[in-house]
Amino acid sequence: MATYQLNINGQRKEVNVDPSTPLLWVLREDLKMTGTKFGCGISACGACTVHVGGVATRSCIVPVSHVGDRPIVTIEGIGQDSVGRAVQDSWVETDVVQCGYCQSGQIMAAVALLKHTPKPTDQNIDESMGGNICRCATYPRIREAIKNAAAELTKGGA
Amino acid sequence: MPGIRVGLVVAAVVAVALVAGAFARTAEVVDSNSMAQGLAAWDQVYSVLTHPRCINCHTATNYPQQGDDRHRHIANVVRGPDGKGVPGLNCASCHQETNADSTGVPGGHNWHLAPLEMRWQDTNDRPLSSAAVCKQITDRSRNHNLNGPGLLKHHEEEPLVKWAWNPGIRPDGTARTLPPMTHEQFVAATKRWVETGTPCPSGK
Repeated sequence: MATYQLNINGQRKEVNVDPSTPLLWVLREDLKMTGTKFGCGISACGACTVHVGGVATRSCIVPVSHVGDRPIVTIEGIGQDSVGRAVQDSWVETDVVQCGYCQSGQIMAAVALLKHTPKPTDQNIDESMGGNICRCATYPRIREAIKNAAAELTKGGA
Repeated sequence: MPGIRVGLVVAAVVAVALVAGAFARTAEVVDSNSMAQGLAAWDQVYSVLTHPRCINCHTATNYPQQGDDRHRHIANVVRGPDGKGVPGLNCASCHQETNADSTGVPGGHNWHLAPLEMRWQDTNDRPLSSAAVCKQITDRSRNHNLNGPGLLKHHEEEPLVKWAWNPGIRPDGTARTLPPMTHEQFVAATKRWVETGTPCPSGK
């Protein structure tokens, strides 16, 4: 066991866990931040996506000991950011969600895309979101919501 | 005695010619041996470069490969503009600075795909021939302008090259396979190849 000081959504959190514990387990089990979901456990579906040091990261396969001092942003905190807020609003307005299980990961990946590529093409969306699986096949609405968020952010000069 | 003088001169010329010829033949033998040694060393280098730990990230396609069967990387991972994936799905989305043996994900500093000009496969994921890989790796317009000593240093010190001999364990807990020789042997083979002038096999 080891103690880690984590910066999560701008707050300092201390956990005492085995160094090999995946970040997802720390979030969900130790910190009770259950917005981030367990999907496949092998980084294949994207449901567990969070941002670590600004990079969309599959938290199910990253041991907490590998995080270091990089700030972590989860679905619980993404709305504090202008791009994150715009994406969440667009998700609601576009009525993207069906069952919703994968959507926190979808939103985290979409935010990462829009932060890097403010006006994404269909190919940009396909490539960046292609690793986030949705069993309800909400992909057309995800694409639409990303484009709506991009338009809103561009209009607002964000 | 002009006749004798002429005879001596002729004899001297013949002797010099014979000696020179012998030296030339010796030089040819040495060059031939050197070339053979260089090509033999290259064969060893090539056997490492085409091992899955190395060639899986020297693809000619829009994606990296995984495993000893060199299957397409899971999760629809794509190359991206600089070989590091795309914003929602970077290499660094999973691959950290070191191997994560508890989850079976390999890692190393600056994890990325080799650029397309350094591909060692064709677009059907078949390894290129020894001659073709040798031509690529010695083409300074396609190898980050590395000369022989630069290639040796790259093989000796580059963290992602060295990672191939410390690839961690798979998600199922078994060890990833290693290239067919030790890193020290690989560096020694590269050194012999470089010292003989980085010869390449003929052919395509």
